[in-house]
Amino acid sequence: MSIRVENIDKRFGAFTALNDVTLDFRTGELTALLGPSGCGKTTLLRIIAGLETADSGRILIAGEETSDKPVRERQVGFVFQHYALFRHMSVFENVAFGLRVKPRRERPGEAGIRRRVMELLDLVQLAWLADRMPAQLSGGQRQRIALARALAVEPQVLLLDEPFGALDAKVRKELRGWLRQLHETLHITSIFVTHDQEEALELADRVVVMNQGRIEQAGPPQTVYEHPANAFVHGFLGASNILRGTIRDGLFHAEGASLPARNIHQSGGEAIAYLRPHELAIARRPDPAGIPAEIRRILAFGALARIELVTLAGRVPLEVELPQRDLAGLALNPGETVHLMPQGVNLFPSAEAAILPKPVLAKAG
Amino acid sequence: MAGATSTLTASQRFESRSATRDHGVVRALLLALGLGFFVLFLILPLVVVFAEALRKGWETYWAALVEPDALSAIRLTLLAAAIAVPLNLVFGVSAAWAIAKYQFRGKALLTTMIDLPFSVSPVIAGLIYVLVFGAQGWFGPLLEGYDVRIIFAVPGIVLATIFVTFPFIARELIPLMEAQGSEEEEAALVLGASGWQTFWRVTLPNIKWGLLYGVILCNARAMGEFGAVSVVSGHIRGMTNTMPLHVEILYNEYQFAAAFAVASLLALLALFTLAVKSVIEWRASPTSTPGTRPEEPRT
Repeated sequence: MSIRVENIDKRFGAFTALNDVTLDFRTGELTALLGPSGCGKTTLLRIIAGLETADSGRILIAGEETSDKPVRERQVGFVFQHYALFRHMSVFENVAFGLRVKPRRERPGEAGIRRRVMELLDLVQLAWLADRMPAQLSGGQRQRIALARALAVEPQVLLLDEPFGALDAKVRKELRGWLRQLHETLHITSIFVTHDQEEALELADRVVVMNQGRIEQAGPPQTVYEHPANAFVHGFLGASNILRGTIRDGLFHAEGASLPARNIHQSGGEAIAYLRPHELAIARRPDPAGIPAEIRRILAFGALARIELVTLAGRVPLEVELPQRDLAGLALNPGETVHLMPQGVNLFPSAEAAILPKPVLAKAG
Repeated sequence: MAGATSTLTASQRFESRSATRDHGVVRALLLALGLGFFVLFLILPLVVVFAEALRKGWETYWAALVEPDALSAIRLTLLAAAIAVPLNLVFGVSAAWAIAKYQFRGKALLTTMIDLPFSVSPVIAGLIYVLVFGAQGWFGPLLEGYDVRIIFAVPGIVLATIFVTFPFIARELIPLMEAQGSEEEEAALVLGASGWQTFWRVTLPNIKWGLLYGVILCNARAMGEFGAVSVVSGHIRGMTNTMPLHVEILYNEYQFAAAFAVASLLALLALFTLAVKSVIEWRASPTSTPGTRPEEPRT
């Protein structure tokens, strides 16, 4: 089922959680709402579920206005960050809950409930835990049970609020792959909230980047990553090196180099360049398009080696990522001066950088 | 390491380490002080009650309990508790629900007002009802016109009992419900449960031990209340005397054995309350369920 969110506003006292948000979620798609904490992503999810009411605007599920529909009639599945399993019920009863509270004429018989619950427990691969209590399960198991419980009522849409937020890194990665597989089997229109850009990019069909109650950009992961609409999106999605400079003669001048840029819209003036660490090549020979920099540290473990440098001109810290094999070929040493050749420079007007929370360097590996 | 220490309580761990262990003399002194106080002020009076009650033998004891005035006092006490406790149960659950799960204007005021009966002297509580419903009170003449008696009658006693036992259940539930939050209720609603189903299937099972604890304390106070009930009762034998009032009358008439016999019933109620309370605390404590919360292996 498609979901349409129209002109949603929501305030909590003086704080604006959502500011005129309009979005479309297509049938069968898995969408990520991505943004820093406090950007309104969870509020939006809760408004779609009906757990929160918008101050103004409309929510349409499958073209039907739902703003005044009570939560229990919306047929949404909701998965909470802290699972919210019923602590006094067994795993089986937790999953059966949605079936047991149905009005009598819709409620399946005891055998029907049993069949459906075991089907769902098989789907989340936890049938052997049916008689356990939630307190006896690990975090990852609890979240899978919570998902089975949400699916029991055959929801039209599935909403997940930071579903892996309370889990540790290893389990989170496992569950991520598992959720993607599950989505491919079921194809329920799903929206999940996350502040983890890697999770959003890896898992979603479409990523919606939010900041301060507004939508900054929406699109397929690759588009959002490679063509960020503004400085915020670039800074939030993956690591970025940031250089301040000026535009002159169609080139971006910064830190002693003159760089060609992908998107020069201004004829002159100040601008800020965003450079991904893996889009910087290291050269020994000076070049007008190479930024002179000194190597501070070389972190040579894992598939990608990381090199920390500072520019010679302004002592601006930069980071470069390159495959281990290339690093061995270069035979670099700390203290050495090299020239960094950017392969893709994204320029943004310098005013935009002000909305960035902080320069995001080496945000994730 | 974690498995071994988690079975110890904080005090056991504290004791097992020489760095945090107190000096032997300090320990002995504290223990002696605590236990001595306990025996002198708590155990001794309890022993005295039973000793005095049985001094003239079981026959006198029994006679004091089955005497018509005593039976009437017992009946009235049970009646007052039977009305006050269920009413406060309904009130306590709704007030705790409202305070813990909703945001509304005047919430802080409601929270404070619930404590009022704790902070006001029970005598004042009784006098309030005399002022409102008494013969010279605001509604006195009106009620008299309809031939309704509240003060110096059973309704007054019930009202006074409700007033003084008002906070017990709400006070017990508010912190519990606030700690549990409303996520489970939200989950139930999203799964299609009605408000009523959510209450019966999710909220109530989660608060049942706290609720039972509150009911037990409320009941103990309802049966044992003296001050407020004394003011509105009028002390009419066989009519408006509750057990505590009956004990006082007997005592003032120098019928010590009979007074202590009735008092021993109240003492038994207290012991029963304590026993139930410990069972509830033991059942409700998370350490009593084995194998709680094994987390996913951390790396």
